[in-house]
Amino acid sequence: MKLTKTFAVLACTSALAAPAIADEVEVLHWWTSGGEAAAVSVLKSDLEGKGTGWVDMAVAGGGGDAAMTTLRARVTAGDPPTAAQMLGMTVREWADEGFLGNLNDVAAAEGWDDVIPPAVQAFGKYDGNWVAAPVNMHRPHWVWGSAKIFSELGLEMPSTWDEFFAAADKIQEAGYVAVAQGGQAWQEATVWEAVVLGISPDLYRTAIIEADDAALRSEGIVESFEIMRKIRGYVDPNFAGRDWNLATAMVINGEAGMQIMGDWAKGEVIAAGLTPGVEVLCDVAPGTQGSFLFNTDFFAMFDVGDDKQMAQQNMAASAMSVNFQETFNLAKGSIPARTDVPGDKFDVCAQKSMADLAEATASNTLFGSLAHGHGQPAAIQAAYTDVVTQHFNSDMSAEDAAAALADAVMAAK
Amino acid sequence: MRLLRNYVPQLTLLPSLILVAITVYGFIALTMVLSLTRSKMLPRFDRWEGFSNYLKVWNHPRWEVALENFAIFGILYIGGTLLIGLVLAIFLDQRIRIEGSLRTIYLYPMALSFIVTGVAWQWIMSPDLGLERAFHIWGWESFRFDWIKQSDLAIYCVVIAGVWQASGFVMALFLAALRGVNQEILSAARMDGASGPSIYWHIIIPALRPAFLTAIVVQGHLAIKSYDLVVALTRGGPGFSTELPSTFMYEFTFSRNEMALGASSAVMMLVLVMVLIVPYLYSELRNER
Repeated sequence: MKLTKTFAVLACTSALAAPAIADEVEVLHWWTSGGEAAAVSVLKSDLEGKGTGWVDMAVAGGGGDAAMTTLRARVTAGDPPTAAQMLGMTVREWADEGFLGNLNDVAAAEGWDDVIPPAVQAFGKYDGNWVAAPVNMHRPHWVWGSAKIFSELGLEMPSTWDEFFAAADKIQEAGYVAVAQGGQAWQEATVWEAVVLGISPDLYRTAIIEADDAALRSEGIVESFEIMRKIRGYVDPNFAGRDWNLATAMVINGEAGMQIMGDWAKGEVIAAGLTPGVEVLCDVAPGTQGSFLFNTDFFAMFDVGDDKQMAQQNMAASAMSVNFQETFNLAKGSIPARTDVPGDKFDVCAQKSMADLAEATASNTLFGSLAHGHGQPAAIQAAYTDVVTQHFNSDMSAEDAAAALADAVMAAK
Repeated sequence: MRLLRNYVPQLTLLPSLILVAITVYGFIALTMVLSLTRSKMLPRFDRWEGFSNYLKVWNHPRWEVALENFAIFGILYIGGTLLIGLVLAIFLDQRIRIEGSLRTIYLYPMALSFIVTGVAWQWIMSPDLGLERAFHIWGWESFRFDWIKQSDLAIYCVVIAGVWQASGFVMALFLAALRGVNQEILSAARMDGASGPSIYWHIIIPALRPAFLTAIVVQGHLAIKSYDLVVALTRGGPGFSTELPSTFMYEFTFSRNEMALGASSAVMMLVLVMVLIVPYLYSELRNER
């Protein structure tokens, strides 16, 4: 077994020089929008240059729900794809079930341990073995501001919640919607985790990453719900059910002042022909400067037969190449998972992310995002989301919400 | 040859019997077994949890909301479609002109899928897009209809859309039954001097019993299965205030990696169907015999 793997790596290195062996990978993913699909085709043509064919298995919709359902059916039927796009916690759950392969050889050959931030490695590795290749890092806690409204009212992007609400007051007085919010549970959870991180990175660590009962009942969580209630006051009445990109469009069109949303919102800004950081301002959510939440797309590698392993290792190497990570992340709005990709082609918001990533790694304030599958397993994540959305959509008090949150999380654990 | 001919009916029925046995009853049994396991992301039959999965579902705040909504939706949806369907059928039965066209118009919503109905009504009931905005443009500035954005009223929006969709179908059922009422009995009643309303109340409506049975059974199981309407109309929101048992089941099985809990909720939905429909079927069918 060990011998075959060594051979596979040898063969795969030599294949770089001489594309001779016809082999193929089957890849399940949900990157189907224009820019994303173009980025995936970069990987595809790169692999084809090395003699590895690409069988595309794109399953659109549902933020990956549909793709994961397909994947489950395939694996249950005993026919897993070579690789599948997954979020961090999902990688861990599949590894728990014992279905993932081993990428240690290619990881060692390419030096993944040195260029991937340790917090990301924690998801890409299972029991110390590499099982998945990380391709990007999204940062979900951004505030996007309409440059038109901000300059008209003489405002600056807020760096504390007091400044945020002061700016929101002025925007509302001027007749605009202060906060563009999409009324879907995951979007409300995206805001809430930014609020918690802004209160203190320690609170995020204890209440979310460690899901500690006392921390969940603490004063800090009560405060986070009070801030959520205040934000709710600046949201327009029609927010329920609204998609995130429609909320982003409100900021782009100058109908709304601010939106709290991840850096994928940049895709909408670029699609509208505008430049992030110019017409649409970007800054991290109040109080979160110096910290970094991430969510990463991985290519999880399934335990396929020895005959397919070479193609699989080939693909992992390509997905982790500097060239692919740069092209892909320029299209996707995220930053590369490799920290050695030069930032000069990226926009100012991404460059800020790259600088902040280094700072957060050094100060140990780099955490997985709860709302985006990197904080807790799906069942516990949903317990958080349920309470956050229930509080945001009712008149529940902050104290009741904190108690309900702790109860729900403890029940789901 | 004669032997074969004797068994032709059984042989023709056999394939469908096998298919139904496997795909319906087999999978019901499998779901029941699954609900007793500790399955999370994938079905696992080697780790057992027992009935505590059912307790977990019963204690879950979302299931509570789902049951409450199911009661509201089920009662108003079935009641509403029966009432509107019956009234429409009686009016159409007055030998009016252009009955054919009217019947088609009322029946037409049935041709749409619940997804289309859901999306269309979502637009109509959305305050920034539909009725409320239209009235504002026409000058009635104080008009308000934003139920779909309010947690405690959104479920009634689901009822409205559902009743709109299915009333025509119930009307068609009743209309067919009305046409089948024995005219001689009606003539006799008129000879005895019975008035129009009392003929309907005492003779015609009781004669529609089989049609009521059909309508309740069909609408009842639609109410429990109802999933697409909610997904298209509100996606279960605001928050999870329009959750139904079916959306709960989907969410837990496929999004939350709680397959065993999802299976438990599916079994409870089955029990709900049986509790509601079996006694009714039983009493009705026994009376007929």
